[in-house]
Amino acid sequence: MKRALALLPPLLTLALILGIWAAFTGPTGLPSYLLPSPSLVGAALWSGLVTEGTDWPHLAFTLTATLVGYVIGSIGAVLVGALVAESRLFERFVYPYIIAIQAMPKVALAPLILVWFGFGLASKVVLVALICFFPLLVNTITGIRGADREMIEMARSFSRSGWFVFVHVKLPAAAPAIMAGLQIGIVLALIGAVVGEFVSSDRGVGYVIGSATVNMNVAVMFAGVLELAAAGMAGSTLVRWLHRRIVFWEGRPSHPSAES
Amino acid sequence: MSAVPLSLSGVGFAYPGREVLRDLSFTVADGEFVAVLGPSGGGKSTLLRLVAGLLPRSAGDILVKGEPVRRPRQDVGMVFQKATLLPWRTALDNVLLPAGFRRGASAAELERAQALLKAVGLPDAAGLYPSQLSGGMAQRVGLARMLLHDPDLLLLDEPFAALDAMSRERMALVLQELWLARPRAALFVTHSIPEAVFLADRILVLAGRPARVLLDWKVELPRPRRPETMADPLFNELALALRHEFDKVAA
Repeated sequence: MKRALALLPPLLTLALILGIWAAFTGPTGLPSYLLPSPSLVGAALWSGLVTEGTDWPHLAFTLTATLVGYVIGSIGAVLVGALVAESRLFERFVYPYIIAIQAMPKVALAPLILVWFGFGLASKVVLVALICFFPLLVNTITGIRGADREMIEMARSFSRSGWFVFVHVKLPAAAPAIMAGLQIGIVLALIGAVVGEFVSSDRGVGYVIGSATVNMNVAVMFAGVLELAAAGMAGSTLVRWLHRRIVFWEGRPSHPSAES
Repeated sequence: MSAVPLSLSGVGFAYPGREVLRDLSFTVADGEFVAVLGPSGGGKSTLLRLVAGLLPRSAGDILVKGEPVRRPRQDVGMVFQKATLLPWRTALDNVLLPAGFRRGASAAELERAQALLKAVGLPDAAGLYPSQLSGGMAQRVGLARMLLHDPDLLLLDEPFAALDAMSRERMALVLQELWLARPRAALFVTHSIPEAVFLADRILVLAGRPARVLLDWKVELPRPRRPETMADPLFNELALALRHEFDKVAA
């Protein structure tokens, strides 16, 4: 009951926006090649997802590129991050370049990546992996470095090996930062996939939006944007849920009171 | 082969540009509870880390059971000022850390961990996470963890400093009880005079820059010591004398 009530205000906002939107469009309002009415967008969504079902292969393509690239980029980021955080030597040789590349907008590489990896799925996967790699890398490094020194000393005092300390002290200590990096990454991953499809592709939601632009079919563009919004929200909700489950100890004071 | 649990001779330690400890020489006999008393930031914790093998000494020799200390040893147990429990592990798993947690522990170690939780007064805390424990409870888990492998030398780094006064006194009694169950060599660092007098057989005063052992006093109070011990004239005499010595050092 309380939850249903909490949904009411945002739903009212939505109704208001749709109402204003409908009032300015339709037969008497703005022409549909500038702003289609909500009903036209609804119709485009309905045909794309239900009656015709033509949007599904595109969605599947975009989501495949997003997820595969995300998984590869994230695993790579945690591995490289762990190496940088744990190895002075590796850090000295590699870290300055990581910082430099991090500051560069990775989407600028999209055309180059398309030339190297073709116009199919592979180039999108590479672009996605690259885009979500860096934020997670930086978070992994700061997370591991931020592990409590006394905690590490404690584990060492009990003759625990360096590997044990890494797996059981440093990595869990970095988990909140890693999960935060994964949350940033899932949003960036979808952006990467769509940008890749914009630049050159014959499939994907980005491609659908791009070709609808050429035909001035704005309703289809809107439908594509809404599909991407839904995918993005689903993805980040899932990662946030995982975050809470995995890092269950986060945000709890370690000793709420002092009496014994 | 001498089996003296701990012996230091001419031990010194310096960070680049700052000498912390100079020429420390003393031994701790089996079953002897030694308190190291000194002002905060005076190198007491550094001394403990040298003995634990967590820091390399700059000079002198540290022998644990006759062997030079090079790295942490299984037969030395330590507690820290902060409870340093892993927040992502249960109390039982934290006690079992020296054995590699539950998965790495033998049946005997598991049994001992449970018995130790009982001994420190937490029979029902095995499945609790550190966030569910109070500061005193967390430090009790730390004591149990120190004792898991039944060490021959205990190193205690101001373990009760972060607790309130009431918990401190209770924890001192818990510690004494654990120690009396099997008296062994213990090096207990503190900046609290009453705590040192209450717990120790012998008190070393560590002060100065660089820090040295300025006093080495015996505490001839009968065991077990009870809360009433603090009203004992001998207790007060010793505590007062130590206070005077500190004032001399500070002046």
